Amino acid sequence: MDFDARLLWESLPDLLRGAKVTVSLTIVSTLIGLVIGIIGGLCRVSRSRIARGLSFGYVLLFRGVPLLVTLLFLYYGLPAVGITLGSFAVAIIGLSITFGAFASEIVRAGIQSINIGQMRAARSLGMPYWMAMKEVVLPQALRRVLPPLTNEVLTLLKQTALVSVIATADLVRVGLEIMTWRANTFSPFAGVALIYLSLSLPLVGLVTFLERKYRVT
Amino acid sequence: MFSPADVRAISQPTIKICGLSKSYGSIEVLKDISLDVVPGEVVVIIGPSGAGKSTILSCVNHLEPYEKGEIWVEGQLYGPTRARGRRRAHAEAELNQLRRKIGIVFQAYNLFPHLTALENVTLAPIRVLKKPRADAVREGGEQLARVGLSQKADKYPAELSGGQQQRVAIARALAMQPKVMLFDEVTSALDPELVGEVLAVMKQLSNDGMTMMIVTHEMQFAREVADRIYFMDEGKIVESGTAQEIFDNPKQERTQAFLRRTRSL
Repeated sequence: MDFDARLLWESLPDLLRGAKVTVSLTIVSTLIGLVIGIIGGLCRVSRSRIARGLSFGYVLLFRGVPLLVTLLFLYYGLPAVGITLGSFAVAIIGLSITFGAFASEIVRAGIQSINIGQMRAARSLGMPYWMAMKEVVLPQALRRVLPPLTNEVLTLLKQTALVSVIATADLVRVGLEIMTWRANTFSPFAGVALIYLSLSLPLVGLVTFLERKYRVT
Repeated sequence: MFSPADVRAISQPTIKICGLSKSYGSIEVLKDISLDVVPGEVVVIIGPSGAGKSTILSCVNHLEPYEKGEIWVEGQLYGPTRARGRRRAHAEAELNQLRRKIGIVFQAYNLFPHLTALENVTLAPIRVLKKPRADAVREGGEQLARVGLSQKADKYPAELSGGQQQRVAIARALAMQPKVMLFDEVTSALDPELVGEVLAVMKQLSNDGMTMMIVTHEMQFAREVADRIYFMDEGKIVESGTAQEIFDNPKQERTQAFLRRTRSL
């Protein structure tokens, strides 16, 4: 074993710089993915056949294709047809659309779990469909799916590690670089693992808290 | 003071249903229903479960589509119309307008659980009628007082008893100042000791002159409030008349049999 505490200590500043990228990717992709997820979830239960079909196809595609393949395709495949995107942009797009696909399914399930009587009551008061969705159904549905959505964010945080293959200087990438330069495997990756763990712990706590708060009684 | 019969003779009905038919797949749940409700009248529909009573109310509010017939509300025709020989659904926007005029209270209350009692009552006036919040809150408070729940304005539905929830639901419908109130078996889900408080509120409404269509299994209550009773069975109106005519002197055998069964309970 080649563990070297001093080397770990020395590489911490670099690792934290990588962690910053990992956190930024997670936050930005979560926000974009949530917007996609809400729109996608609404489309999945829409009365429009086109909206249902498109959202179903989207979810099917990005739940079925590995994120790594999506990233490689965007990064290496698109330039072949003349679209060249920076690695950070590719990372954000890949993570957002994949997260969005999973979030769509969670939001759809949330909407469908709300008793149909809620929609009927809202419509009976003269509310148009979209107003009833926004004021009555969605607030309840989103509250109910907060725990599974947070779980999905936790998965996303760890999935960001994959962007290291497309030259994004995230936590894993920095760890790999230190490993190469210092010819030491164990120390930098112990740091990488510890940082991932300390980033995910608050999310784990949040899930537990939300589950307790919004427990379906 | 005019009796409903006088009103019937001179005024336009609030609701007029002509030849309404509806099917779920191959099962016909409503067969050629015609009835009308004049202003200030309390119409009660009774009959065995599955007779189609609740479905009529859902159709009046266009919460359920129907295949045949016409429903007029205050002289205006709503519902599917024929254009160039093809049947077409009524425009959404007009149905939203229609639903403002018709309050409905459901068996399962259907209060919005994420909102307080007062917020349940003020949501539609603020969002749909665009009332200033302060006015909506004041009027909402009045509606809650009308159903005896001023003290519970800030409680969430989960903190209220079934009877209280149903009274909030009535206040919520009243806050839209409807022309007619529909009651769909509103006491059927309640514990027996909570039924009375809801019926009392409905009775008060009828005394205030509210036009109402009530579907209920509470025969004693039907007898007390109804200006007119319709007895339904298997999707058809079997018999109609005043409470006295129906309860004391039913003409149809099916009505007699139904009333015997409910009395023997």
